[in-house]
Amino acid sequence: MTVTTDQPKGRVIPDYDLQGITERKIGMLERTVGPDNARVIRGMFKNSVSVAGMVIIAFLALVALLAPVLAPPINPNKAYDIPRDGFSSEPRPPMSSWETRQPDVPFWYPALTGRTEWVHLMGTASGQWDVYYGIIWGTRTAFKVGIIIIGLTVIIGVTMGSVSAYYGGWIDEIMMRITEVFMAFPFLLAALTLAAILVPRLGKGIYSAVVALTVFGWMSYARLLRGDVLSVKQRDYILAARVIGATDRRILIRHILPNSIFPTLVYASMDMGAIVITFAALSFLGVGTEVGYADWGQILSFARAWIPSLLTYWYIVVYPGVALVLFSLSWNLVGDALRDVLDPSMRGRGGA
Amino acid sequence: MVNYILRRLMIMPLLIFGVTLLIFAMLQFLSPVERAALFVRDIPKTDKAIDAFIIKYGLDDPLPVQYWHWLVGRRDPSTSEITGGILRGDFGYSKTANLEVIDMIKRRFPATLELALWAVAPIVLGGVWLGVLSAVNHNNAIDQVTRVFSILGYSFPTFVFGLLVLMIFYVGTGWFPPGRLSNEMNVVVLGDAFHRYTTMNTVDALLNLRLDVFIDAARHLILPVLTLSYLNWALLLRVTRSSMLESLRQDYVTTARAKGLAEHDVIGRHARPNALIPVATIAGLLILLLLNGVVITETVFNYPGMGKAAADAAVQLDVITVLGLVLFNGIILVLSNLIVDITYAFLDPRIRLD
Repeated sequence: MTVTTDQPKGRVIPDYDLQGITERKIGMLERTVGPDNARVIRGMFKNSVSVAGMVIIAFLALVALLAPVLAPPINPNKAYDIPRDGFSSEPRPPMSSWETRQPDVPFWYPALTGRTEWVHLMGTASGQWDVYYGIIWGTRTAFKVGIIIIGLTVIIGVTMGSVSAYYGGWIDEIMMRITEVFMAFPFLLAALTLAAILVPRLGKGIYSAVVALTVFGWMSYARLLRGDVLSVKQRDYILAARVIGATDRRILIRHILPNSIFPTLVYASMDMGAIVITFAALSFLGVGTEVGYADWGQILSFARAWIPSLLTYWYIVVYPGVALVLFSLSWNLVGDALRDVLDPSMRGRGGA
Repeated sequence: MVNYILRRLMIMPLLIFGVTLLIFAMLQFLSPVERAALFVRDIPKTDKAIDAFIIKYGLDDPLPVQYWHWLVGRRDPSTSEITGGILRGDFGYSKTANLEVIDMIKRRFPATLELALWAVAPIVLGGVWLGVLSAVNHNNAIDQVTRVFSILGYSFPTFVFGLLVLMIFYVGTGWFPPGRLSNEMNVVVLGDAFHRYTTMNTVDALLNLRLDVFIDAARHLILPVLTLSYLNWALLLRVTRSSMLESLRQDYVTTARAKGLAEHDVIGRHARPNALIPVATIAGLLILLLLNGVVITETVFNYPGMGKAAADAAVQLDVITVLGLVLFNGIILVLSNLIVDITYAFLDPRIRLD
């Protein structure tokens, strides 16, 4: 008997060949996620563009994790509140001295700069909010917001998509029409509205914007997963499970979802950049986080008041701008490589 | 073909009904007093007056009744005067604009339309050109440069890009100011001698043969148009590129080459026309991106269109106004998607077989 595998280039291990059995040695990765998905993951690590993206993501994640060391908060319970140095509306340039309410100096700071007093490393915005603190803790906000929104939208999308595809018929019809209605809205405008509705009820902070982006953000995952469930549903092992009397819920959760959810999860994680940009956009427009919350879009919104003198106060645009672009660029680099790896028509053509 | 179009036409009212239901659901988060702005502009202050008011306008009626009144308006029994009703074009009163929402939309829409119309040509031509260029030079230096350009494009948040170009081309060089018109030209445009046919400044300027007004309006449009185009090129470029790569692999392209056609003709007459069919499908997406894009672009460039109106209203929590705008834009989107779908059926014979 010959065990055939999906991959024609599978290595033939001579020891196993004694009885004419050809086997391919498979690693942990392949055993866990399956051959197709393992090929995708390996492809991602071979592609220099995606590796560059992953390095930047790792760097930003490190900044987010080390935020309390890089920028020790004054009050650890309100770590996301940017410390402010006075109340003057005039932004001050990078490296200007810290006059009032100086936070603790972290241990690396004197060694690296030779100073014992904090300075505003990246200047201050109007209202003397420290830009450096905003950037460092803003990285945490970005990851936090991205992960929460992706988690929630994936849960909604997966529920809608899998139920719709599994039961089919009129349930499918109704759920897909609902999905289309949500897609008929201009996304940003709808999120803006919902945020404006929720702000007086949930208060300003990340949650109004998170809910708004979740409510209007799940549709693409529902559609993607629906397609995959429709194809997995036809497989023999699903029929086998039904024959032995497994309940619908068990079939859906234990048999169909594990075999169809991977592409949705991957695409969802690649949306991190876009989601964080949209969140920052809501903050920029003024319905996201409150003034003084460590959030990149929030710092950038200070620039709206200073447009004629932006060249003088470049640091309130450039630093948070660079942080946002780096963040979304890194996810897009990975996502772009992923699209090449996943696109079957490009397989074996060297990609790019 | 007829079936396909009929099906799209039948789904459309269903979609619009869904859109209104969803907006009505969002309205239910508001208190009855806040919802009163749907019907009147002056909302009483005292508790007693508010109670009478809620009863008068049926703001505590059962939801289906309220939905009906929201759709067709509510007749005042004593004066038999009808107020509200989105089907009558009454979207309520906008606190932030100090106008009926529908009048605000009428006033702001031409500005947004002007911006979008100016942006469409550079987006489509530039995006398709870059995509074809990238595909024809598959995997060589030009392809790599275009792809970096495109990845940067969709990694840049609109507002960061907008602030940067403002920094360079307005603060730095003073070439292209924000806003819609400079003060002197605004006086000209609002003057008696200037006929406002469309209230789109560039168009009116040409119709009035006022080149100075046209140049001034164009100067104000260049940066927002640049921002909208650069950020949307990425999408078109990507779709065109992959569809063009697909098209270049087809047998008819090999045939064209084999019979000795110049490469220029192979691409221009055989590969590209077929590659553009899938590109047409994203026209609907493009309209969506433009509607989203103008919200931020108009805010950054202080351009008085619908997008800025929505952003201003949202910040001041004037929900009635934003919801009116969402409804208006949602319907535009549904209708334009219908047109895109039908056009696509004409373009691509394969889809008619469904």
